[in-house]
Amino acid sequence: MEEIRLTIDGQEVKAKPGMTVLEAARSAGIYIPTLCADPDLKPYGGCRLCIVEIEKLRGFPTSCTTPVTEGMVVKTNTDAVNEVRRTVVELLLSDHPSECLICHRRKRCGPFDICLRNVAVTERCVTCAKNEHCELQDIVDYLGITELPFKHTERSYPVDTSNPFFYRDLDKCVLCGKCVRVCDEVLGVGAVAIINRGFGSKVATFGDKPIIDSNCVSCGECVVHCPVGALMPKVTERPTEEVATTCTYCGVGCGMYLGVRDGKVMSVRGKREGTVNNGFLCVKGRFGFDFIHHEDRLKYPLIKKNGKFAEASWDEALELVATKLGGYKPDELAVVSSAKCTNEDNYVAQKFARVVLKTNNVDHCARLCHAPTVAGLVQSFGSGAMTNSISEFRDAGCIFAIGTNTTEAHPIIALELKRAVDNGARLIVANPREIDLVRWSYLWLQHNPGSDVALLMGMMRIIVEEGLLDQAFIDKRCENFDAFKVALKGFDLDSVARITGVPKEKIAEAARIYATKKPSAILYAMGITQHSHGTDNVIATANLAMLTGNIGKPASGVNPLRGQNNVQGACDMGALPNVYPGYQAVTDAKVKSKFEAAWGGSLSPSVGLPVTEIVEAAYKGKIKAMYLIGENPLLSEPDITHAEEALDKLEFLVVQDIFLSETAKLADVILPGVSFAEKNGTFTNTERRVQRVRKAVEPIGESRADWEISCQVGKKMGGKGFYFKNASQIMEEIASLTPSYGGISYKRLEKGGLQWPCPTPEHPGTPILHTQQFTRGKGQFIPLEYKPPMELPDKQYPLVLTTGRSLYHFHTGTMTRKVAGLNVLKKEGEVEINPADAAKLGIADGDRVKVVSRRGEVVTKANVTEVSPAGVVFMTFHFAESPANRLTNPALDPVAKIPEYKVCAVRVEKA
Amino acid sequence: MELDIAKESERITANCSRDSSNLIPILQEAQGKFGYLPAEAMQKFARFLKLPESTVFGVSTFYAQFKLAPTGRNKITVCRGTACHVRGGVRILREVERQLGIKPGETTNDMENTLETIACFGSCALAPVMVVDKNVYGRMTTTRVAQILGKTK
Repeated sequence: MEEIRLTIDGQEVKAKPGMTVLEAARSAGIYIPTLCADPDLKPYGGCRLCIVEIEKLRGFPTSCTTPVTEGMVVKTNTDAVNEVRRTVVELLLSDHPSECLICHRRKRCGPFDICLRNVAVTERCVTCAKNEHCELQDIVDYLGITELPFKHTERSYPVDTSNPFFYRDLDKCVLCGKCVRVCDEVLGVGAVAIINRGFGSKVATFGDKPIIDSNCVSCGECVVHCPVGALMPKVTERPTEEVATTCTYCGVGCGMYLGVRDGKVMSVRGKREGTVNNGFLCVKGRFGFDFIHHEDRLKYPLIKKNGKFAEASWDEALELVATKLGGYKPDELAVVSSAKCTNEDNYVAQKFARVVLKTNNVDHCARLCHAPTVAGLVQSFGSGAMTNSISEFRDAGCIFAIGTNTTEAHPIIALELKRAVDNGARLIVANPREIDLVRWSYLWLQHNPGSDVALLMGMMRIIVEEGLLDQAFIDKRCENFDAFKVALKGFDLDSVARITGVPKEKIAEAARIYATKKPSAILYAMGITQHSHGTDNVIATANLAMLTGNIGKPASGVNPLRGQNNVQGACDMGALPNVYPGYQAVTDAKVKSKFEAAWGGSLSPSVGLPVTEIVEAAYKGKIKAMYLIGENPLLSEPDITHAEEALDKLEFLVVQDIFLSETAKLADVILPGVSFAEKNGTFTNTERRVQRVRKAVEPIGESRADWEISCQVGKKMGGKGFYFKNASQIMEEIASLTPSYGGISYKRLEKGGLQWPCPTPEHPGTPILHTQQFTRGKGQFIPLEYKPPMELPDKQYPLVLTTGRSLYHFHTGTMTRKVAGLNVLKKEGEVEINPADAAKLGIADGDRVKVVSRRGEVVTKANVTEVSPAGVVFMTFHFAESPANRLTNPALDPVAKIPEYKVCAVRVEKA
Repeated sequence: MELDIAKESERITANCSRDSSNLIPILQEAQGKFGYLPAEAMQKFARFLKLPESTVFGVSTFYAQFKLAPTGRNKITVCRGTACHVRGGVRILREVERQLGIKPGETTNDMENTLETIACFGSCALAPVMVVDKNVYGRMTTTRVAQILGKTK
């Protein structure tokens, strides 16, 4: 790329074309005062402080909006420029608290000095929490302002303390507009705007109400970007050290720094370099860390004696677990691992199940979210993971988001979608509910729950009929197209429109946009997978991508958004009943003997049970003992009344967790594991990026790292390969046995995450899958037919219940329900119901209602809203007080064994 | 007669494209129809134009032509421009305030009159000027205020 050379303050500076003078100066380490410029935001030119003198340009141009040109001569610090800047700042200070800015004793004044105000200075006279980190202070110092020529006017706005995580003190606001711009430009939320004019200007929400009553999502980006003390976190203490790690909540895998002070995590800061999130975080990531030091954390092993838990020593607990588990046959045992735990934890857990317990009955919660992705995409492509990377979406021509409520469940990926739309991408949203994403969409297909196959096949038929397919790609890269084409016959537009409830023109338009606005990316999540035909849904998305050649290229592909922080990793590590690490089949004799040699023990040749069938087998008494790590099936399984009975029948249940979850209460022994802040390891995010998790604080009480506990049980039961000294050693073993992780080591991960497949230490990682050929060789078209959901509404249960997630909570709430602030923002579950349905039932917004299905009933609060279409009600599954999964249908997908969480029939009545 | 805000708002946006540049014309039409901008209407417009509600609120509060509370049947505007000021505009304003018992920006309790000021009406030759709805009264005197206001009742 060509370089532009310019002179700033006599210094020669090299800049890239398109940079602004301000950026060029900053890159050369030259300070130009500014309040409104920010690398995350578009140039604004609002504060007029970054003005400079540029030869051959009249007046004082703002450096933040002036692009660099060859040979430019810039002066940033002349008397004339500073004179103007001084006036601007003096005017700003005329209605801004100024003690912290201009008192000449500011830096020297010690505690208990008596100052001119004739009071003892306890915290110095500086009460602003931003003191010494304030950009306005820097500017005042730079300009040497020591007195104020204008009469001081107080604004005296009341401080808005309504948000649980931050204050808004508008008296300190300098109206730089950064909070307004970040909220609108980056987040697409627009909770605040500058209202009124002149002296009355201020940053306010719609109707100037407290921030908590607005559509604010509490991500705290405004707080991060505020240059002064107007927006401050409620915890203002500063950490003494920061540890780089990866967020423990969702599958996006945001990089963050945990701030530590006195051995406690007390702040979180987004990490910019080498991360998927570019420094941005959502409310859970930034503020949801209180659970780490929550008083309810499990600190000691607990053994149930006479129905009550009693504290026990590690030796006693491990001995008991080892003896008990040793007393069962392999087929009577099951291990449920955790997508919340690290790769190392999962690797050791499945190794323990396979080598020591001699069973392949090992699974984890991916069964309940993305098992169809693994099953379906393996059939189509040969590899069941996101084909492209998060950062590519911004370059897409079309984004087809089906069955994903991205702003709630993957907030940082939603920022990328927002960016894509700003860059001109056409966003097509297919969702029965009017989710937030619909606001940015070009087209919204409001299809009936469970009609995805019909919708996608209908679109494909249009593409084929109108000749919009990529025949060259299909001929060269794919197979079985002719059989597939025959299957399309059944999906004429009329019947598709009838099944899906989407007007014909919209289906056709969506098909045309997807096929022509290349590159087109498909994003999907649980709305596709959690059906009794989830695998078919996944295959349909794969067919669509292959049909148009939208795969194996940048900004395209089929992109399942994984739910848990390490659900991808837990699958990669072989915490699945049918495969060893790296998806190597347990039924393959060659693979089996490779692992037998490496692990030093005989292994079971038969496929184990998936978690949904483990629960069923427990109910039937076939599984007698279970080792459950970091999972909470009593809220997450479908039909939990049944699941509860099943777990009750177990003779021996070990639960390894950080809190006494609903499930842990049923355990015979509880082993206290640690949170992500207390251990080393790696998480693999949704785009296959393996990233480091680093220990920031010591384990709470006597709790131990999860891999350590499994190793100790393994050793006690006579297992050989469990003598790991640290997590890094485990990764070495993983790399030696897992081809796709072959080149991954902790040393390499120090420089940032690596995307698998990464087979050798020199391999740079793979951002895009299937570029030259598919993992299975040729991409396979699979004919599909439409199958309705297993349970449809009838007279007795006239409404469809669909379940989902809230931004403020994570899964069964084991962690987020322990964070006080998140429970202020969302304190209870509710059932969303359309005004038309509500009116028929005589239900008003906020009423207590009873939701009843064939399997159980739940009392909760009604939220009457147009977000849910008529005939469909919606609940989240986070809340133990109103567990949606008491209602859901345990009907399983025949291939992936995932339950149908997204559709069941219910009726709603007044409680 | 009370207007149905939701229905009227939809009628206002019916013939518009969903381009955000339509915001001000839409707000002007709503201001004309309702006499002010009801919160419900602003929310409808925000959703229609795919704009944040706060942005619509920001625009509504920036321009003097938009009101956030209902205004009276008659709008009385007293000019505060230089020429009117020199010719005693302040005294006219004080007299109107006294007669109506309200300050600029306020509306009488019976919802009959709303009082406003303007920086310059542009009829300086007629200074001091007072405007009642669409009628302009030039060369105003305090004694004529009562007369004119009597007419509006």
